[in-house]
Amino acid sequence: MILKLTAFGIAKDILGKRVLEIEMERNSKISDLKTVLLHQYPDFSKLANLTFAVDEAYQDDGFLLSANQEIVIIPPVAGG
Amino acid sequence: MKNINIKISDKPLNPADANDFVTNEECGGIVTFIGTARKFTKGKEVLRLEFEAYEPMAIKEMTKISKQIMELFPAKKVAIHHRVGPVGLKEIAVVIAVACPHRKAAFEACEFAIDTLKQTVPIWKKEIFEDGEIWVAAHP
Repeated sequence: MILKLTAFGIAKDILGKRVLEIEMERNSKISDLKTVLLHQYPDFSKLANLTFAVDEAYQDDGFLLSANQEIVIIPPVAGG
Repeated sequence: MKNINIKISDKPLNPADANDFVTNEECGGIVTFIGTARKFTKGKEVLRLEFEAYEPMAIKEMTKISKQIMELFPAKKVAIHHRVGPVGLKEIAVVIAVACPHRKAAFEACEFAIDTLKQTVPIWKKEIFEDGEIWVAAHP
Protein backbone atom coordinates (compact mmCIF):
# COMPACT_ATOMS: atom_id res chain seq x y z
CA MET A 1 0.00 0.00 0.00
CA ILE A 2 1.07 3.58 -0.57
CA LEU A 3 0.94 5.87 2.44
CA LYS A 4 0.81 9.63 2.06
CA LEU A 5 2.73 11.42 4.81
CA THR A 6 2.52 15.12 5.55
CA ALA A 7 5.35 16.81 7.42
CA PHE A 8 5.58 20.01 9.46
CA GLY A 9 8.37 21.99 11.09
CA ILE A 10 11.78 20.37 10.99
CA ALA A 11 10.25 17.15 9.61
CA LYS A 12 9.47 19.01 6.39
CA ASP A 13 13.08 20.22 6.22
CA ILE A 14 14.39 16.68 6.76
CA LEU A 15 12.20 15.26 3.99
CA GLY A 16 12.90 18.24 1.77
CA LYS A 17 9.19 18.41 1.00
CA ARG A 18 5.78 18.74 2.58
CA VAL A 19 4.31 15.45 1.32
CA LEU A 20 5.99 12.08 0.92
CA GLU A 21 4.45 8.98 -0.60
CA ILE A 22 5.94 5.81 0.78
CA GLU A 23 5.37 2.16 -0.09
CA MET A 24 4.65 -0.05 2.93
CA GLU A 25 3.35 -3.58 3.37
CA ARG A 26 -0.31 -3.98 4.26
CA ASN A 27 -1.00 -3.99 8.00
CA SER A 28 2.07 -1.94 8.75
CA LYS A 29 2.10 -0.16 12.09
CA ILE A 30 3.44 3.23 13.06
CA SER A 31 6.52 1.47 14.48
CA ASP A 32 7.20 -0.04 11.01
CA LEU A 33 6.82 3.34 9.34
CA LYS A 34 9.19 4.86 11.90
CA THR A 35 11.82 2.19 11.13
CA VAL A 36 11.62 2.89 7.38
CA LEU A 37 11.74 6.65 7.84
CA LEU A 38 14.72 6.50 10.20
CA HIS A 39 16.52 4.30 7.69
CA GLN A 40 15.82 6.57 4.72
CA TYR A 41 16.20 9.85 6.61
CA PRO A 42 18.70 9.30 9.47
CA ASP A 43 18.31 12.94 10.60
CA PHE A 44 15.00 11.95 12.23
CA SER A 45 17.02 10.04 14.85
CA LYS A 46 18.58 13.33 16.03
CA LEU A 47 15.23 14.78 17.10
CA ALA A 48 14.17 15.00 20.75
CA ASN A 49 11.13 12.89 19.85
CA LEU A 50 9.15 11.77 16.82
CA THR A 51 5.43 11.08 16.97
CA PHE A 52 2.67 10.56 14.47
CA ALA A 53 -0.88 11.75 14.10
CA VAL A 54 -3.47 9.82 12.15
CA ASP A 55 -6.67 11.61 11.14
CA GLU A 56 -5.87 14.53 13.46
CA ALA A 57 -5.12 12.56 16.64
CA TYR A 58 -1.88 11.30 18.20
CA GLN A 59 -1.38 7.55 17.84
CA ASP A 60 1.07 5.09 19.40
CA ASP A 61 3.64 2.78 17.78
CA GLY A 62 1.20 -0.15 17.60
CA PHE A 63 -1.42 1.75 15.57
CA LEU A 64 -2.33 0.07 12.26
CA LEU A 65 -1.90 2.19 9.15
CA SER A 66 -3.89 2.15 5.94
CA ALA A 67 -3.79 4.01 2.65
CA ASN A 68 -6.86 6.18 3.18
CA GLN A 69 -5.66 7.80 6.42
CA GLU A 70 -4.24 11.27 6.86
CA ILE A 71 -0.84 10.54 8.38
CA VAL A 72 1.22 13.42 9.74
CA ILE A 73 4.79 13.36 11.04
CA ILE A 74 4.93 15.35 14.29
CA PRO A 75 8.43 16.46 15.29
CA PRO A 76 8.89 18.08 18.75
CA VAL A 77 6.20 20.75 19.11
CA ALA A 78 6.99 24.29 20.28
CA GLY A 79 3.92 26.48 20.40
CA GLY A 80 3.51 29.54 22.58
CA MET B 1 -18.88 25.08 22.96
CA LYS B 2 -20.16 28.51 23.85
CA ASN B 3 -17.67 28.74 26.74
CA ILE B 4 -14.60 27.96 24.65
CA ASN B 5 -13.05 30.21 22.01
CA ILE B 6 -10.16 28.88 19.91
CA LYS B 7 -8.43 30.76 17.12
CA ILE B 8 -5.39 30.34 14.88
CA SER B 9 -4.59 33.43 12.84
CA ASP B 10 -1.88 34.84 10.62
CA LYS B 11 -2.97 38.37 11.63
CA PRO B 12 -1.79 40.19 14.79
CA LEU B 13 -3.62 39.04 17.93
CA ASN B 14 -5.47 41.46 20.19
CA PRO B 15 -5.51 40.26 23.83
CA ALA B 16 -8.77 42.16 24.36
CA ASP B 17 -10.55 39.64 22.11
CA ALA B 18 -9.71 36.73 24.42
CA ASN B 19 -10.30 38.83 27.51
CA ASP B 20 -13.70 40.04 26.32
CA PHE B 21 -14.76 36.51 25.40
CA VAL B 22 -14.13 35.09 28.87
CA THR B 23 -15.57 38.02 30.84
CA ASN B 24 -18.79 36.94 32.56
CA GLU B 25 -20.91 37.72 35.60
CA GLU B 26 -20.02 34.56 37.54
CA CYS B 27 -16.28 35.16 37.48
CA GLY B 28 -14.30 37.65 39.53
CA GLY B 29 -10.87 36.51 38.38
CA ILE B 30 -9.57 36.58 34.82
CA VAL B 31 -5.97 35.66 34.09
CA THR B 32 -4.70 36.38 30.60
CA PHE B 33 -1.30 35.04 29.56
CA ILE B 34 0.36 36.78 26.63
CA GLY B 35 3.37 35.16 25.01
CA THR B 36 5.47 37.52 22.90
CA ALA B 37 8.47 37.20 20.60
CA ARG B 38 11.65 37.78 22.60
CA LYS B 39 14.83 39.32 21.21
CA PHE B 40 17.41 37.05 22.84
CA THR B 41 17.60 33.29 23.13
CA LYS B 42 20.65 31.97 25.01
CA GLY B 43 22.37 35.30 24.38
CA LYS B 44 21.85 35.14 20.64
CA GLU B 45 19.88 37.85 18.86
CA VAL B 46 16.63 36.75 17.27
CA LEU B 47 15.36 38.73 14.28
CA ARG B 48 11.86 37.23 14.23
CA LEU B 49 9.92 34.04 14.82
CA GLU B 50 7.99 31.93 12.35
CA PHE B 51 5.19 29.65 13.48
CA GLU B 52 3.72 26.77 11.55
CA ALA B 53 0.64 24.83 12.66
CA TYR B 54 -1.10 21.64 11.68
CA GLU B 55 -4.23 23.69 12.00
CA PRO B 56 -7.18 21.27 12.23
CA MET B 57 -5.39 19.16 14.83
CA ALA B 58 -4.01 22.19 16.68
CA ILE B 59 -7.58 23.46 17.06
CA LYS B 60 -8.68 20.06 18.37
CA GLU B 61 -5.81 19.92 20.88
CA MET B 62 -6.44 23.49 22.10
CA THR B 63 -10.13 22.63 22.51
CA LYS B 64 -9.11 19.54 24.48
CA ILE B 65 -6.96 21.67 26.82
CA SER B 66 -9.86 24.08 27.34
CA LYS B 67 -12.21 21.22 28.26
CA GLN B 68 -9.58 19.79 30.61
CA ILE B 69 -9.29 23.17 32.33
CA MET B 70 -13.02 23.22 32.94
CA GLU B 71 -12.85 19.76 34.51
CA LEU B 72 -9.76 20.35 36.63
CA PHE B 73 -10.47 23.93 37.73
CA PRO B 74 -13.62 25.94 38.43
CA ALA B 75 -13.11 27.75 35.12
CA LYS B 76 -16.22 29.01 33.37
CA LYS B 77 -14.78 30.34 30.12
CA VAL B 78 -11.52 29.86 28.23
CA ALA B 79 -10.04 31.48 25.12
CA ILE B 80 -6.85 30.33 23.38
CA HIS B 81 -5.59 32.30 20.38
CA HIS B 82 -2.37 31.44 18.54
CA ARG B 83 -0.59 33.27 15.77
CA VAL B 84 1.01 31.56 12.76
CA GLY B 85 3.40 32.82 10.10
CA PRO B 86 6.12 35.41 10.71
CA VAL B 87 5.98 37.15 14.11
CA GLY B 88 8.15 40.20 14.76
CA LEU B 89 9.85 41.05 18.06
CA LYS B 90 7.41 42.15 20.80
CA GLU B 91 4.48 40.85 18.76
CA ILE B 92 2.06 38.42 20.37
CA ALA B 93 2.43 34.71 19.59
CA VAL B 94 -0.22 33.37 21.96
CA VAL B 95 -3.01 34.65 24.20
CA ILE B 96 -4.71 32.47 26.81
CA ALA B 97 -7.52 33.90 28.92
CA VAL B 98 -9.21 31.95 31.71
CA ALA B 99 -12.08 33.15 33.88
CA CYS B 100 -12.79 31.62 37.29
CA PRO B 101 -14.92 32.79 40.21
CA HIS B 102 -11.73 33.54 42.20
CA ARG B 103 -8.20 34.54 41.22
CA LYS B 104 -6.13 31.64 42.59
CA ALA B 105 -7.76 29.03 40.38
CA ALA B 106 -7.57 31.40 37.41
CA PHE B 107 -3.79 31.73 37.80
CA GLU B 108 -3.35 27.97 38.15
CA ALA B 109 -5.64 27.14 35.24
CA CYS B 110 -3.92 29.62 32.93
CA GLU B 111 -0.49 28.22 33.80
CA PHE B 112 -1.76 24.69 33.20
CA ALA B 113 -3.07 25.79 29.80
CA ILE B 114 0.19 27.32 28.52
CA ASP B 115 2.31 24.45 29.92
CA THR B 116 0.08 21.86 28.24
CA LEU B 117 -0.13 23.81 24.99
CA LYS B 118 3.65 23.76 24.72
CA GLN B 119 3.66 19.97 25.16
CA THR B 120 0.73 18.82 23.03
CA VAL B 121 -0.44 21.31 20.42
CA PRO B 122 1.04 20.66 16.95
CA ILE B 123 2.54 24.09 16.40
CA TRP B 124 6.20 24.67 15.57
CA LYS B 125 8.37 27.72 16.19
CA LYS B 126 11.40 28.71 14.22
CA GLU B 127 13.83 31.35 15.47
CA ILE B 128 15.40 33.38 12.70
CA PHE B 129 18.88 34.75 13.39
CA GLU B 130 21.22 36.90 11.32
CA ASP B 131 23.25 33.81 10.38
CA GLY B 132 20.67 31.05 10.26
CA GLU B 133 17.52 29.60 11.75
CA ILE B 134 16.56 26.97 14.34
CA TRP B 135 13.40 24.95 14.95
CA VAL B 136 12.88 25.44 18.68
CA ALA B 137 13.03 22.30 20.86
CA ALA B 138 13.63 20.03 17.85
CA HIS B 139 16.88 18.59 19.21
CA PRO B 140 17.61 17.39 22.74
